[in-house]
Amino acid sequence: MNIHEYQAKALLKGFGAPVAAGVPVFSAGEAEAAARSLPGPLWVVKSQIHAGGRGKGRFKEASAGDKGGVRLARSVDEVVKFAQEMLGSTLVTKQTGPAGKQVNRLYVEDGADIARELYCSLLVDRAVGRVAFVVSTEGGMDIETVAHDTPEKIVTVAIDPEAGVTAADVAAIVSALKLDGAATQDAETLFPLLYRAFVDKDMSLLEINPLIVLKDGHLRLLDAKVSFDGNALFRHPDVEALRDLTEEDDKEIEAHKHDLAYVALAGNIGCMVNGAGLAMATMDIIKLYGAEPANFLDVGGGASREKVTAAFKIITADPAVKGILINIFGGIMKCDVIAEGVIAAVREVGLKVPLVVRLEGTNVALGKKIIADSGLDVIAADDLDDAAQKIVAAVKGA
Amino acid sequence: MSILVNKDTKVIVQGLTGKTGTFHTEQALGYCGTQMVAGVTPGKGGSTWEGTLPDGTKATLPVFDTVAEARDRTGANASVVYVPPKAAGASIIEAIDAEMPLIVTITEGIPVLDMVKVKARLDRSASRLLGPNCPGVLTPGECKIGIMPGSIFRRGSVGIVSRSGTLTYEAVFQTTNEGLGQTTAVGIGGDPVKGTEFIDVLELFLADPETTSIVMIGEIGGSAEEAAAQFLKDEAKRGRVKPVVGFIAGRTAPPGRTMGHAGAVISGGKGGAEDKIAAMEAAGIVVSPSPAQLGRTLAERLKG
Repeated sequence: MNIHEYQAKALLKGFGAPVAAGVPVFSAGEAEAAARSLPGPLWVVKSQIHAGGRGKGRFKEASAGDKGGVRLARSVDEVVKFAQEMLGSTLVTKQTGPAGKQVNRLYVEDGADIARELYCSLLVDRAVGRVAFVVSTEGGMDIETVAHDTPEKIVTVAIDPEAGVTAADVAAIVSALKLDGAATQDAETLFPLLYRAFVDKDMSLLEINPLIVLKDGHLRLLDAKVSFDGNALFRHPDVEALRDLTEEDDKEIEAHKHDLAYVALAGNIGCMVNGAGLAMATMDIIKLYGAEPANFLDVGGGASREKVTAAFKIITADPAVKGILINIFGGIMKCDVIAEGVIAAVREVGLKVPLVVRLEGTNVALGKKIIADSGLDVIAADDLDDAAQKIVAAVKGA
Repeated sequence: MSILVNKDTKVIVQGLTGKTGTFHTEQALGYCGTQMVAGVTPGKGGSTWEGTLPDGTKATLPVFDTVAEARDRTGANASVVYVPPKAAGASIIEAIDAEMPLIVTITEGIPVLDMVKVKARLDRSASRLLGPNCPGVLTPGECKIGIMPGSIFRRGSVGIVSRSGTLTYEAVFQTTNEGLGQTTAVGIGGDPVKGTEFIDVLELFLADPETTSIVMIGEIGGSAEEAAAQFLKDEAKRGRVKPVVGFIAGRTAPPGRTMGHAGAVISGGKGGAEDKIAAMEAAGIVVSPSPAQLGRTLAERLKG
């Protein structure tokens, strides 16, 4: 689960992190009040969407002007002008895709005198199974580019979960970031507190890009991006409350309610599969035979008839879907239960596109018989290759 | 021979009295006499679990409050964990502290930082953990721990190791249909932080004389497949070579999105399928482009 920059900063400020004063706003009027409440003479007006690359992004609408999604204002009037232009407009960044995202919230922040821009993130380093700091002197840039072009400028410091952030860990980070003076002092509190925030709130990513050294020598978080471990939200109702549903795909929200793992994609063949690996493999095989999947959907190991029906509804609600492939390898899941679920769903929702069903595993004969006896227009397939070829042919022939 | 589990493996069930634990324990008891010897549910020690096997016969198992007690009283050398995700991390740590040699965790959805704590404890112990978020391990005709469907297995010569449950079944089913059969199938699980990696299982398969070929199924996220490919390359230089067929799921997955498994995500430009496939091919692994061709690809490879 992702949150907005202003929410991330408020959360980190609660742990004692140095952030600039700022106010989230939803209208130009609020932006003006926010600007007046801050000292000036420099304000930053930042689009709040769940995607990176906002500064280099561009708005679709001409009325939003030709500046990016993060703008520097030198007067209150300019803050208001920017807010009028940006709110309600569609920002396209490297991470939003060509459709872009509508900007509904802005963060008006006090400007900063920047001496140096650094990079700092925390994540779970799966190679060692520990939380690790990833730091670089190359801040303010796309870290993937840094990793690709100058990997030697990225330093990883993994933290022993039983010891926490030690003085030696801080020293390693300070050295990697080439900090001195007041920044070194700040580092002694900043890095342990970032780690504490990460662990206490079950984050999956905490990215500060850039972490800046101010002209007075102190450290400040200029940007903050935080994602949380969805599996740990049960112990953080305060985090769950920060969720902005307008940032999420409607079909994904619906799938989440039914405990279905669903990811919307750009193709036209809807998929319903049991198991994450098999669901990915099903997408891959559709592509292998020359078409594109409309989604990833894992109905899980113990899917009930109701769950299958919900999944079927989500798939058919997508107008891009021109054909459906159901691929089930019943281990725990029984093929007859799936077959009954599919038939119930088709009867309830109707079937306007070709449907290919491949069943294998527990009670497969019974499952196939239920589908054959249903009288519904379902194309049966013997194995995954056969299924993929049949659905691709059906969609291309239509 | 086989790896990890055989007819002498004695298994206790953590979370036996829950719905999932009960169902899969009944299935395991019904599979070639797998020795399920006891259950552990805190607060229910002293009670007796009653189940019904797939063939209708009744079975009972003693329930203990702690893993240590269950191990001491039954001589168990393996534990399977069906405990719900909120409490599963603590259950695994209990099993580690009880010095259980093999711990198989089926539970999906354990918070990753709970697994970071487990991993720290595990690294200082002699226990081996499979999973979490895995289908378990099965040696055909001898022992089934976890949720794999026993009916698709056949004893044979192929070692199977996979990050995905249902793709493991595909590989098992296809190698059965090709007449090759399996020595042992091992699910290592789809989470980012886990107890056993590909390398650990590949080492066991290379050392097992009955295993004469291997199927390795990976997916996007992390770099365990690349590490495994390098391991096989290094071992080949020492003369330890077995034919390996591989598959990587998620070639079409978009970056930055978690594809069902918590560990299946391309992040920071790393963990994509193409890098993994390239590394595996460079190590001499035949990577099948289709998940439906794993068995056939291996059979053809073995014909030379």
